Amino acid sequence: MLSLPKNFETFDEKRKASFMALYEAKQRGKKVVGTFCSYTPTELIYAAGAIPVGLCGKSEQGIAEAETVLPKTLCPLIKASYGMALSDQCPYFFFSDGIMAETTCDGKKKMYELMNALKPVHVLNLPQGRDQAMALDSWTGEMHAAAHWLEDLFDVKITDEKLHDAIVYRNRVRRALVALYEVAKARPSPVSGYEISTVAESVDFHFTDDDLVEKIEKITRDFKARVREDAGNRPRVLITGCPTAGVREKVIRRLEEMGADYVCADNCSGPRAQKFMVDETGDPYRALAERYLKINCSVMTPNTSRFDDLRHLVPDYQVDGVIEVVLHGCHTFAVEAWNTMKVVQEELGLPYLRLDTDFSKADQGQIETRLGAFIEMMTAA
Amino acid sequence: MFYAGIDIGSTAAKAVLMNGAKDEVLARKLMPSGWNSRETAEELLQWLLSLGHEREEIHVTATGYGRVSVPYADSTLTEITCHGKGAAFLGGNDLTVIDIGGQDTKIIVLKNGRVMDFIMNDKCSAGTGKFLEVMANRLGVTLPEFFAMAERGKDITISSMCTVFAESEIVSLMGQGTPREDIARGAVGSVVVKVVALAGRKGAGTPGMGDCFLTGGFCETPLMIHKLSGALGAGVRTHPDARFAGAIGAALLGK
Repeated sequence: MLSLPKNFETFDEKRKASFMALYEAKQRGKKVVGTFCSYTPTELIYAAGAIPVGLCGKSEQGIAEAETVLPKTLCPLIKASYGMALSDQCPYFFFSDGIMAETTCDGKKKMYELMNALKPVHVLNLPQGRDQAMALDSWTGEMHAAAHWLEDLFDVKITDEKLHDAIVYRNRVRRALVALYEVAKARPSPVSGYEISTVAESVDFHFTDDDLVEKIEKITRDFKARVREDAGNRPRVLITGCPTAGVREKVIRRLEEMGADYVCADNCSGPRAQKFMVDETGDPYRALAERYLKINCSVMTPNTSRFDDLRHLVPDYQVDGVIEVVLHGCHTFAVEAWNTMKVVQEELGLPYLRLDTDFSKADQGQIETRLGAFIEMMTAA
Repeated sequence: MFYAGIDIGSTAAKAVLMNGAKDEVLARKLMPSGWNSRETAEELLQWLLSLGHEREEIHVTATGYGRVSVPYADSTLTEITCHGKGAAFLGGNDLTVIDIGGQDTKIIVLKNGRVMDFIMNDKCSAGTGKFLEVMANRLGVTLPEFFAMAERGKDITISSMCTVFAESEIVSLMGQGTPREDIARGAVGSVVVKVVALAGRKGAGTPGMGDCFLTGGFCETPLMIHKLSGALGAGVRTHPDARFAGAIGAALLGK
C-alpha cells in the first residue's frame, strides 16, 4: 500500500507548473543555464545572475527521436535528454541560453558534442579519479574556466562576493534537503519514500522568488508530524546505482505499493549527493572543486568512497535490503554493480537485487516478479 | 487440513495436493497453461475438488506468472520463493536451484532452506524453454521428439543467442544439409551456455555453494542434465517431482 495525501502533486504536475514560473523569469530578463548532472557547480550559475535548470530525460519521451541520431544501445537517460532537445519538446531546454556539462561517462560527453549544434555547450573536464595527481588542481582550473564562459556568455562579472553568497545559499538548500531525506530514518518512516523523493526532486524546478529553504523546512516539519497507520513492519529498502527519476513509477512506486518502504537513495538524487557542503571560508573556486570532486559516481575510478558511504547509510537508515538500478547501456554502474553486490551481501549481510531496466513499460511484469520475490526474501522468517 | 499449490507458468500449469503434515505429495496435475489463465485455474480447481475433499478443507496458494488469475487462492507468492521452498523439500536445504521455465530462467541460491539470492534472465527468450520450443517447431517435431533427436546428434555450435536470429541460423544450417539431429543438439547446447552464464554469476558449482538442482520441465531430460553438469563442471541433481517444485513450494508455504 502506498498512502499519498489527497492534494498530492505529482512530479510531472510540479514540473509543468514550473514552466510558467521560468517563462515569467525569462520575460523579466533572467538568463537560464541547462544542466545534466550533480557534478555541475550550480553556484557559478547563480553567481552569474542566471538560473540553473536540470534537463535530464525522465521518461520515454524523446527516445525515438534521439535514435535517429544516437545508437539504440545508449542509456535511456542520454537518449531521452538529447531527443527532447533535438525535437524541441522540452520547454526547459528551449528556455536555456546555454548548457553547462561535464565529461562524466563516454555516452554523455560525446552526446554533448552533438548537442553543441543546438545550443552553446560548455563542457567541464571532470577528472576520472579523485586520487590522481593534479586532479584537484585541474578541476579547480575547470571552475575558473566555467566562470569565464558564463561571464562571456552573459556579459557579467562573477565577483567573489556573489559567488560566496551563492555558495552560502546552496549549502542552506543542501542542509534542508538532507534534513528532508532524514525524515525516513524513523522506523516506520512517517512518509512514503515516493512522496519524499517527489518533493526533493522537484526542488530543481523552483523558479519563484519565495524562499525555497523555508519551504523545504516546512514540508520536513509537516512530514515529521505525520503518522502512518498502515506502516507496520514493512521492509526498508535503499536504492542505489543509476538515477531513478525515469523509473519512479515502474520501480519506486510499485515497490512501495507491493509492501516495502523506500527509505534511502544512494544515487545522484539522494543524500549521497547532498551531504557534502562547500567550504564557505577559503578560496571559493578551490572550495567548489573540493566539494564536487567528492561526489560518488561510478564514472570515478576507483570509486571506493561510494561503498564507504553505503556502509554508513545502511545502519543509519535501518535498511533491510538494497536494490541497484542499472539503466541499459550504463557501463560504469553495470560493472561497478559487482562490487556493490559483494559489499551488500558479504559485508553488510543483506539481500541485494540488481534491476537492469530502461524507461519503457516493456519489462513491467518482470520487474514486479523480481520486486515481489525480493520483498518475500526480506520478510521470510 | 490439506494444502494445495497451483503454479501457472507461461507454458505449463502445475498443481499438487499435500497432506496436513506437509510431508507427502498426495496428487499431481500437469496441463498446458493455454491461452486463458482463468479457465486453466478453474480446471485445476475442478481437479482439486475431484480428489474427494471439501473446498474448505484445502488451503490453496497460487504462484507463477498466472497467479493473479486464480480467484479462489487463499494466498499468492512469487515463483522465486515457491521454487526455493519446493526445491529444498525435494533436494535439500543448501542448493543452487536452476529452473528453466517457459519464458523465465531463474537461478536461486538456497542456504538453510532460505532464498538468499536469485537472478532471472533478462527480457529475452534465449536460455529458456521457449527457445527450444521455437527450434522444435522449425524442425517440425514435438519437444519429446526433439530431445530424442538431440540425443543421437553431434555437437555443433549455434552462435546466435537471440531466438529470432537463431531461427534464421537454423534455416541456413538446414539449407546446408546439416542433419536435424545435430541442429537439435546444438540448440540444447545454446540454452545450456546461456543458463550456465547466468548460474555462474551466482557462483553455481563453485566450492562453498550447495549442489546444483534442476527444476522445471527439463528435469526428465537426461541430455539437458548431462550437458548442464558438463558445462558447470559439477554434478546436477534433480528429482522426479522437480517439475512440480513451484507448486510444492506454494503448498508448503500455505498457512
